[in-house]
Amino acid sequence: MPSNPSPLAEVTETREHVHAALTRTSTGKEDLRELESGLDSLQSDADRKHRIDWSRILLPVAALVVMVLIWQFYVSLGVKRRDLVPGPLDVVAQMGVLWSDGKFQQSIWTSLQRGVVGFLISVAIATPVGLLLAQVAPLRRAFGPLISGLQVLPSVAWVPAAIIWFGLTDATVYFVVFMGAIPSIINGLISGVDQIPPQYRRVGTVLGASRLQMALQVILPAALPGYLSGLKQGWAFSWRSLMAAEIIAVGGTIGFGLGSLLDQGRVLSDMTIVMAAILLILGVGILIEPAGLRAHRKATPAPPRPPGRQHPLTRPVQSQTHRKSPTAAVGLLPLPAANA
Amino acid sequence: MPVILEHLGKRFGDGAPVLDDVNANINQGEFVALLGASGCGKSTLLNIIAGLEAPTSGALEVPSDGAAFMFQDAALFPWLTARENIELALKLRGVGKAERRIKAQELLELVHLGTAGDKRPHELSGGMRQRVSLARSLAQDRQLLLMDEPFAALDAITRDLLHDELERIWKETGRTIVFVTHNVREAVRLGQRVLLLSSRPGRVVQEWAVTEEHRTDAGLAGQLTGVITARLREEIRRHAK
Repeated sequence: MPSNPSPLAEVTETREHVHAALTRTSTGKEDLRELESGLDSLQSDADRKHRIDWSRILLPVAALVVMVLIWQFYVSLGVKRRDLVPGPLDVVAQMGVLWSDGKFQQSIWTSLQRGVVGFLISVAIATPVGLLLAQVAPLRRAFGPLISGLQVLPSVAWVPAAIIWFGLTDATVYFVVFMGAIPSIINGLISGVDQIPPQYRRVGTVLGASRLQMALQVILPAALPGYLSGLKQGWAFSWRSLMAAEIIAVGGTIGFGLGSLLDQGRVLSDMTIVMAAILLILGVGILIEPAGLRAHRKATPAPPRPPGRQHPLTRPVQSQTHRKSPTAAVGLLPLPAANA
Repeated sequence: MPVILEHLGKRFGDGAPVLDDVNANINQGEFVALLGASGCGKSTLLNIIAGLEAPTSGALEVPSDGAAFMFQDAALFPWLTARENIELALKLRGVGKAERRIKAQELLELVHLGTAGDKRPHELSGGMRQRVSLARSLAQDRQLLLMDEPFAALDAITRDLLHDELERIWKETGRTIVFVTHNVREAVRLGQRVLLLSSRPGRVVQEWAVTEEHRTDAGLAGQLTGVITARLREEIRRHAK
């Protein structure tokens, strides 16, 4: 803001110790230190205690209890036959039976192990490919639409082809998991690199970073939030694909997973097994998700405060969780960060 | 090693020149404020001095080891703490690990943030972030420090304080500083010399010396501010249709 051009008004003021913005305003080094430390404490937020927010745990649990109660209530009305719509207690009892059979443990172990191994291999494949596509523009132009398309294609569509190519083996299951997870992870990594503010690269240049240093010290950490949400989505896709594959491809050397358990329930027309399997699949999904989320939140810094700018790292995709986090300055974002 | 700009020109593509025939000498240890309205190519000029962009005509002489640069937004890396941000600058300069630790702490003390070193940028106020950014640019250990409106986004109280702070640090470290601003008061408050850049094309049209008296006498400083503002407005009026 340019000052008022008339100098007369300022001249008439007292000549001695005028603390105007035009001159030195502090009296010495100690004074300056004191002023700054006062301002610092005024301007930085009081130390936020990282207490456990119980409502985050209790409310979902309460919602779950309500849902189970509604379920039980519906069943006790007796609208449908009990063997078609079993109650929560029947399903819990069935789980107990499955546990003592060993099927419970076996199916969870088989599926979880496959999901995790498949996911890790997907990460190992998708990360270098994603970095390559993010950095080499022509490659990205060429393959970008294809990869986005693959992300939309339900990976279950690959099951018939996989069965023909690989037979009823684990290879079929893994293939389907890869087709589900890899495009998501690649896309996440690419958009993570895209969202790096250009300023960061300039800072890197000014600080004298070499190409390699730039990649390792600047680009990779800056792309981490996008990469992690890609990983999260990648996990969700591999878990879904895995279940689909296990339901469709049963037998051969394919082991007994949660999907197989579900299919067995269908074959036996035993709704308690079907419901138990669905709940287990859901449960594993819910339990694995927060583990990924925690890493995500840790790596995603809260938006900085200058108003009028949206933090470039806040991703619209799946950003609900960290927008709600107490550190995010939601009120200062001029535009909704996400209409998720 | 002074900075010498001779008939410096810059145009992007076939457009009108952004800078045209810019001449300036900046002496060792001098604090020069580069003042101009929007669109005068201040930032472009700074980028050219920093070696981030090449001029299209003219010649310039800059220190061979390049320049440290401070941006308008602190541009700290959010995944590093304040200390680690400073240490990264030292690391990229090739400073050993043990020395980095010591040097970073010294720099934090210098900007009066000795106790805030372990905070992440988002936990710091705007003024604190800008001070970390200053410490980081000092960590580059270049004689020449280029500053591109570093306090423009700060509130007035913080800005006044940082002016004092920057003046103190400049005196303590003996850096040569080129400070770009569109704020006349800021230019008068900080610079030993104020260079006024015209707009479209950018060219140094006039310069003023700022003396020690201006630092302590608000009346004198106000007068100079008025004179410079009048000249700046004359430049702006030229573009009226």
